[in-house]
Amino acid sequence: MTVAPSDIALSAPAAPPRVGWRQRAWRYVRRHPTMIFGGVLLLVMLMMAVFAPYLHTVDPQALSPIRRLRWPSAQYWFGTDMLGRDVYSRTVYGARVSLIVGISVALLATTCGLAIGVIAGFTRWVDAIVMRIMDGLMSIPSVLIAIALMALTRASMENVIFAITVADIPRVTRLVRGIVLTLREQPYVEAAIASGTSFPLILWRHIVPNTLPPLLVQGTFVAAGAMITEAILSFIGAGTPPNIPSWGNIMAEGRSLFQVAYYIVLFPGIMLSLAVLAINLLGDGLRDMLDPRLSRRL
Amino acid sequence: MFAYIVRRILATIPVMAVVAIFVFALLYLSPGDPAAIIAGDTATVEDIVRIRAKLGLDEPVYIQFGSWVWRLLQGDLGISIFTNLPVSKLIEQRLEPTVALTITTLIISVLAAIPMGVLAAWKAGSWIDRVVMVFAVLGFSVPIFVLAYMLIFVFAIWADLLPVQGYVSITSGFWPFLSHMILPSAALGMVFAALIARITRASMLDVLAQDYIRTAQAKGLGSQQVLIGHALKNAAVPIVTIIGIGVALLIGGVVVTETVFAIPGLGRLTVDAILRRDYPIIQGIILIFSGAYVLINLLVDLSYTLIDPRIRY
Repeated sequence: MTVAPSDIALSAPAAPPRVGWRQRAWRYVRRHPTMIFGGVLLLVMLMMAVFAPYLHTVDPQALSPIRRLRWPSAQYWFGTDMLGRDVYSRTVYGARVSLIVGISVALLATTCGLAIGVIAGFTRWVDAIVMRIMDGLMSIPSVLIAIALMALTRASMENVIFAITVADIPRVTRLVRGIVLTLREQPYVEAAIASGTSFPLILWRHIVPNTLPPLLVQGTFVAAGAMITEAILSFIGAGTPPNIPSWGNIMAEGRSLFQVAYYIVLFPGIMLSLAVLAINLLGDGLRDMLDPRLSRRL
Repeated sequence: MFAYIVRRILATIPVMAVVAIFVFALLYLSPGDPAAIIAGDTATVEDIVRIRAKLGLDEPVYIQFGSWVWRLLQGDLGISIFTNLPVSKLIEQRLEPTVALTITTLIISVLAAIPMGVLAAWKAGSWIDRVVMVFAVLGFSVPIFVLAYMLIFVFAIWADLLPVQGYVSITSGFWPFLSHMILPSAALGMVFAALIARITRASMLDVLAQDYIRTAQAKGLGSQQVLIGHALKNAAVPIVTIIGIGVALLIGGVVVTETVFAIPGLGRLTVDAILRRDYPIIQGIILIFSGAYVLINLLVDLSYTLIDPRIRY
């Protein structure tokens, strides 16, 4: 095993220079243009939501009865609806609802799921109870959980976020609990326990950092799903109240007029699909990046 | 084997118990007085009192729960607040279109998705693979109702090939039935098909890398025989599993699809119930849908032994 450095240089070809994670990440991103596309698209959507008032929009609630049902034109880019409201302005403002709901649900559901999953993974009796409850909840299609909750609360954006979060928690919990169960058996965790490291410190140093990458990936899919669910709830009249323009609301209002003015449904529908696509592409890319084993398969 | 079947059937009981407790408890966990919320903003005090009596909210909780479960076990899902009809009867009336739509979608999606997944895995990296993967990503991203309106616009309004909406029972002819089912099934089945295609491809890729596939090819079997007889057969368990789990997507999507296509099924009943805040109907529908989902996944679990003789209990 004692080889002089000069021998290595002679016998083996020069080892590739070690590259930092920054370079590796950049190289990865260049090889996965769809992820970049998703990221940029999402960024555009976020900018649209933040700067909605400055994007050549008018008050999205402004009624103008004499200008009802105008087709898309230079003045009304996406046309006007049956109350004479500017569909372009409403669609741009609608991005706010969709993104706020998507991001809030993703943050809340992953945080709650992480907390419940860690506790269940470490405490046997909690695990037995909690996982039975989660199994039961997972057999209810999540849209129906959200619908049931919305039927019993007043229509507001907070309640929509709450309802979708509740519906999404079981899946996140199950993911975290599975990871915790395998981590618990790892030698470095056992060593930490044996050497008397306090429990909070073990959580902070070993458990949480190892659950974050899969949680991040799961979080993007939760966000995409939440945006679709919000639109579904608003579309069937159980979501965001009508006085806040959301993509689901706009589509619900254009529903009865679809055959004469399909543009009212079309534009928010395209925006919603693009936003969900952006998040899904980003999520797929993140998953491949964080779990190379899966990238070959899915 | 028999013992396993019994155990598996018994395992559905706690799951359904949790579902029942959940739909019951929601009424109490929701902030504020549920009777007042159900009655709506324009309700009088008498309305609220009436609804409270009807839901049994004026009795102690454990008595309410006990009698509710007891009636549930006898098939009594309660009385609709708005129509005063038994919920079980309302559900029975609306069952047929939903079952027809779900089964048609299930068949169409599976028949479309499995060949796509198999082809994509067989020609991995080719343009076929790319097309299937693009389909899979789009299937996850375009929401059902957006896709539904696009389909209506192209096939019903622009090309005028299929009816815009409505439902025709299969008893009044197969083509009228099918022509009303094609667009809703396509819209509803897209996510489901995308999911199955993705899993089929992944599962086939794993199997195609196995030694016995190389052996089968080496002994001169045609690619069709290798793909269907050797590979797909061995890749079947994850595919069947995801079909069972994916039924949740169909059930959730039914609500929206029926709204867009004006199909008078359970989804439509759900939406009407939400707008009228008729909670007993929503309770009943959740129980029925979850029961169906649990039952389908029970059948999926039991089918493993038929698909794969290596699996024994």
